[in-house]
Amino acid sequence: MFILNHLWIIIALPLAGSILTLLAGRYWPKKAVNLSSVGFPVLAFASYCELVREFFTLNPAAPVIKDYFTWMVAGNFRVDFALQVDQLTIVMLGVVTFVGMLIHIYSIGYMAHEDGYYRFFAEMNLFMFFMSTLVMAANLVLLFVGWEGVGLCSYLLISFFFTKKSAADAGKKAFITTRIGDWGFTIGILMTFWLFKAVDYKTIFVKAANMPAEGMHHWGSLTVICLLLLAGAIGKSAQLPLYVWLPDAMEGPTPVSALIHAATMVTAGVYMVARMNPFFSRSPAAMLTVAIIGAVTALYAATIGLAQTDIKKVLAYSTISQLGYMFLACGVGAYAAGIFHLMTHAFFKALLFLAAGSVIHATGGEQNMFNMGGLRKKIPWTYGTMLVATLAISGAPLFAGFFSKDQILFDAYAGINANFLLYGLGTLGALITACYMFRLIFLTFHGKPRFDEHKVHVHESPKVMIVPMVILAFLSIVGGWFVLPTYFGGKDYFQAFLEPVFAGSNALARQMRPGYVEPPHSLEYEMAAIAVGVAFLGFLIALYLYILKPNAAKKLATSVHPIYQLLFRKYYVDELYGAVIIGPLIWLSRNVLWKVIDVGLIDGSVNGLAFLSRRVGGGLRHIQGGNERSYATWVVIGAVAVTVFFVWMVR
Amino acid sequence: MVPISYYIILSAVLFGLGVVGFVFKRNIITIFMSIELMLNAVNLAFVAFSREFNQLDGMIFVFFVIVVAAAEAAVGLAIIMVVARNRKSLNVEDVNLLKF
Repeated sequence: MFILNHLWIIIALPLAGSILTLLAGRYWPKKAVNLSSVGFPVLAFASYCELVREFFTLNPAAPVIKDYFTWMVAGNFRVDFALQVDQLTIVMLGVVTFVGMLIHIYSIGYMAHEDGYYRFFAEMNLFMFFMSTLVMAANLVLLFVGWEGVGLCSYLLISFFFTKKSAADAGKKAFITTRIGDWGFTIGILMTFWLFKAVDYKTIFVKAANMPAEGMHHWGSLTVICLLLLAGAIGKSAQLPLYVWLPDAMEGPTPVSALIHAATMVTAGVYMVARMNPFFSRSPAAMLTVAIIGAVTALYAATIGLAQTDIKKVLAYSTISQLGYMFLACGVGAYAAGIFHLMTHAFFKALLFLAAGSVIHATGGEQNMFNMGGLRKKIPWTYGTMLVATLAISGAPLFAGFFSKDQILFDAYAGINANFLLYGLGTLGALITACYMFRLIFLTFHGKPRFDEHKVHVHESPKVMIVPMVILAFLSIVGGWFVLPTYFGGKDYFQAFLEPVFAGSNALARQMRPGYVEPPHSLEYEMAAIAVGVAFLGFLIALYLYILKPNAAKKLATSVHPIYQLLFRKYYVDELYGAVIIGPLIWLSRNVLWKVIDVGLIDGSVNGLAFLSRRVGGGLRHIQGGNERSYATWVVIGAVAVTVFFVWMVR
Repeated sequence: MVPISYYIILSAVLFGLGVVGFVFKRNIITIFMSIELMLNAVNLAFVAFSREFNQLDGMIFVFFVIVVAAAEAAVGLAIIMVVARNRKSLNVEDVNLLKF
């Protein structure tokens, strides 16, 4: 049980790669940097495979926890550097190490001509270290370490091209926006400690199991804790209202968007909600909040994606939307479905970003879809893989996304915490998802080229970029087949695997709703048919608007110009935040904190002290002016004073 | 008998003249003479009081004062000679190299 006894290896490998690349990468040739920075993630994935093998051999009944050292102790407050492995960790770690490894390999090709090659890989490896820490942490504080660490790496990688002002601004925006969520998260952790006198999962889940479920309208401590933790998740996973950083984060190189802003970092919020399911399941108010935020965000972001012109921005809004689906799943208690969608989404969204990177690479840096077109024959591998991913995300039957999204919508419609309104929002979002994704495909790959074919030499990407894409495409097809047996009366293997993690919550949910009846099996087929129908409708709309009648889209946009503007300008949210929050803050900083307090008060008092010293010194120096006669005068005055003093004493 | 108040008043006047000379005169020799005048005024006061109370203490103290005055005059005049040689003047205002 080598890896199970030495869990630290999995997180230490990328850290070693990062430090090595950072310190020595500047002086090494590219091949050496490749070896150090891509080799370590490959080793990490190999360790993960070994971990999976050992885990299945051992089949532990409870999470395997390894405590390495005590990090902080202060009275009752004790935080250890403890790593744990259970079924949920296995799934998350698989996504992180496998997709991470593929994207590192892809980046060898994509970043080949960029400055700071070694810096990129060092930061990516550091990200893998922090993300692994996040998913393997056995207590909330270590999770938060990973949480903050991935935020840091995200900032570093978004502003990778730091000489470009928009990139630097985007990095700051990402970090500051997620910080707002992290504020709530920190208070949530502190409140957890205040309530349970511990922060490690084992203790708090055992103690929480003894607490009763709280009412929908009567908010107890657990509800408040869950809402605070949710605030952190909203920031990190880019939900309403803190999603504004993710579209700007597209300033970073495309592999960064693929790894961090599609597959891993943004899923940390979903992971946290799933991990904290004993808390959330005892707080129906918090769960409803999660579900509502998820469903509304899913629809909202999808509508914005419909009107964007930059290929990466469309994918960014798509990510926000799909994360909404994951939150919706967790909010209705279908945690396994949410994690399943997390996994399949990692595959097809990472693939979509990698393929978009391939398109950008092929067209020499063009990102506006309206300047592309007709690329289908020229970059066939990119087209093929991207089409597979689009089918997956739209929910085409038998592709990975079909199973996961369908399960979420089914649980929203007929699950134990079903809510028709949320189901409606989700289904509408699915329609729009299919629509904008196929819009992307048609605008980019079909039709006539809208660029100057003599200036732009379209070429297929090198093998080192294509192979990871093909692997992800394969997974986008077969990644959902664990669940396939359920359609034929068999078992949902994924849900069964994760059952130990969510057992308590599922049992509690049944307790809270004793009248719940399992829906009939035929309902699953009907819901699946509706979902496919909706997706097909979206495909037809996109087909009509962009292939069959190419001018129809433009005519539609001009005829509903105000609506189109609203969507294109992203509901003016950035402008709103700028006017309501950022503007006043900057005014306050500049006019009060800077001019009044810093310059006036602090500088003024320090300078004032110096000024006072000079004045007093200037006055006192006349006593010793080098003039003997003044000395003589002072002697006489002193003598008189002493005499008078003695006379008074005698009296 | 001369009333003691005459001696005291004379002593006070002499001391006052000494102080005035010490503060307001510019010639260093004159300042020294004023110092001697002050010392002598004090001597007079001591002798007067000693005669008044028929005690020998005052007169003994006068001897001490005379000796100290002599020594001080010797040392002071030596210093004045060197300073006057360097500053080429007996004006106390010319010894002003330490002035800011």
